[in-house]
Amino acid sequence: MLEIRGLRASVQGTEILHGVDLTIRAGEVHAIMGPNGSGKSTLAQVLAGHPAYTVTGGTVTYEGKDLLGLAPEERAREGVFLAFQYPVEIKGITNAYFLRSALNAIRKHRGLEELDPIDFIGVLEEKAKAVELGDEMMNRPVNDGFSGGEKKRNEILQMAVLEPRLAILDETDSGLDIDALKTVANAVNRLRRPDNATLIVTHYQRLLNYITPDFVHVLADGRIVKSGGKELAHELEARGYDWLRPEAAAV
Amino acid sequence: MTAPAAAAEHYLAAHRAFLGNGAGAAPAWLAALRARGIARFGELGFPTTHLEEWRFTSVAPIVATPFALPHGGGTSPAERDLEAFLLPGAGRHRLVFVNGRFAPRLSATAGLPAGVTAMSLAEALARDPERVRAHLGTSGADAASAFAALNTAFLADGAYVHVAAGTVVPEPLQILFVATAEPEPVVAHARTLIVAERLAQVAVVESYAGAEGARYLTNAVTEVVAGEGARAEVYRIQRESLGAFHVATTHSRQGRDSVVHVHPVAFGAALARHDLTAVLDGAGSSCLLNGLYLGDGAQHFDHHTVIDHAQPHAESHEYFNGVLDGRSRGVFNGRIIVRPGAQRTDSKQTNNNLLLSEEARADSQPQLEIYADDVKCTHGATLGPIDEKALFYLKSRGLGAAEARALVTYGFGAEILGRMAIPELRAQLDGLVRARLLGGGSAG
Repeated sequence: MLEIRGLRASVQGTEILHGVDLTIRAGEVHAIMGPNGSGKSTLAQVLAGHPAYTVTGGTVTYEGKDLLGLAPEERAREGVFLAFQYPVEIKGITNAYFLRSALNAIRKHRGLEELDPIDFIGVLEEKAKAVELGDEMMNRPVNDGFSGGEKKRNEILQMAVLEPRLAILDETDSGLDIDALKTVANAVNRLRRPDNATLIVTHYQRLLNYITPDFVHVLADGRIVKSGGKELAHELEARGYDWLRPEAAAV
Repeated sequence: MTAPAAAAEHYLAAHRAFLGNGAGAAPAWLAALRARGIARFGELGFPTTHLEEWRFTSVAPIVATPFALPHGGGTSPAERDLEAFLLPGAGRHRLVFVNGRFAPRLSATAGLPAGVTAMSLAEALARDPERVRAHLGTSGADAASAFAALNTAFLADGAYVHVAAGTVVPEPLQILFVATAEPEPVVAHARTLIVAERLAQVAVVESYAGAEGARYLTNAVTEVVAGEGARAEVYRIQRESLGAFHVATTHSRQGRDSVVHVHPVAFGAALARHDLTAVLDGAGSSCLLNGLYLGDGAQHFDHHTVIDHAQPHAESHEYFNGVLDGRSRGVFNGRIIVRPGAQRTDSKQTNNNLLLSEEARADSQPQLEIYADDVKCTHGATLGPIDEKALFYLKSRGLGAAEARALVTYGFGAEILGRMAIPELRAQLDGLVRARLLGGGSAG
């Protein structure tokens, strides 16, 4: 589904990713862990097409297409979804209105009929239940005045409504209390299907107690320095990241 | 004689003619009120940009045009021409004024609930002058503004709404000031007095409109008095001709535990200046100023607001959003005064300006004057193009660049409309905002 080869990216002239290689197949859940400043969020943002980052080398192939050649909205319509670390407020636009606009943009791209407000509200209510967001949140402006936990759950709600093929969760667990974390994890687990994939970017092993990854990768200094199964997450939790640094330096 | 002095002389002469033209029959107190108005106007003269309060707004185009009172009230519009400016499906009762003069044929006041008075000021002055006298011209607006003083000088008619103690008006009352296209540029000194007595509740939709392209001056003064525990909502929709000038003062004074909401929406006029003063003169009172201005072409909007916390435990919320395209310009000056003793005041002010073109410009200036120590006052202002972070967020959900821009822009207007409590008005304004900001297309 996703093949990243030698990806290099910089922000404001400083290279953050120094050649990332990663392969994700349909049905898999991958976790990328790493210390602060390792480039985890940069990788997530580059995959979503954030304009602040410049790709300086490498390739990203998504479902046979050159992902880096697509505009952010085209990536979204092709099924790439980024759950933001810091979701953005959109004043004056209700959650329901925003989500329907987004879903319809994606449906249109796929040749499906657009949903009218009545049909959409049915979809939304069902999905909102899954992430335990009340109906009143649907009529509030997007992320405006939401608590940190509400914002993160709202990201997962969007994911549930838009049904991406590749979901990237950028530190969705940061700042969540344990109940909210379980809610988010349950929702992600429910959305798992053989034909989609999830990339979880996280600083902590905690979320992986609830979402079992197939692969865990350690990103340090802009490169993946170690990959393994879910047991690697436990090892990182026990030993921290420092033991991996010399390896990073040796590459 | 300088241009402003010559222009002032034009209005002084017009005032002499006005007094000689039957207006002299007014009761003594009204004659005195007018006399004070014209005297104050004579003292102040037209403001120049040398004055701090007028630094960003030149009234030179108003000064340069000798606006006259219309002969015999001018032409009368057809009822169907007014429909666009009236609320569909809400508010059966309305007062319509053509060039500042009450138009009974276009108005509808039959069947008002008991305790509710809605009539022309001229009629109220004839029927119950003492009740009018208690509040008319008592706001003190004339002292600060030459335009307000000029309005008072020519005070003869206007809208009068009085709601008796404990009376809840079930439907919004509509007041429409409409200007017609006249051979000579005319001025309408639109005047409104809204009084909600103790525990009364009322919503008034005050609209200003004019024949498209017509060049005229609306010089409006609205005074709102909310008694103890009363609730008054004033929706003020300015949709003047793009060739017109609109200068206005809205003044509210609130008693204990009262609520006043003022929603000034400015879409029209070449130049619009609106001074809003809200005096929270009762403990526990609450005030909302919720404004929106949409500018394009060479339109110029200036909102000067004063929120005067005179008593403790009161709260005020002020939100002004501007969306400015073309070469348009928005000026916002938000002054908050917390008087000595007005402890536990909670005041919040925001002014956000979205600049859609390189040539659009906004100036935003908060002014806090706090003379009490146990208060919470926050203010914030933004001005600039569309937030790139918001655009990327929307694009990352599949929305195209144009649609994402439209949605963020529309959100600036929708945020303000979302605080309005009359669904029919909100829907009507939403249509206007969409037409302006989404180019008539629909975002869903």
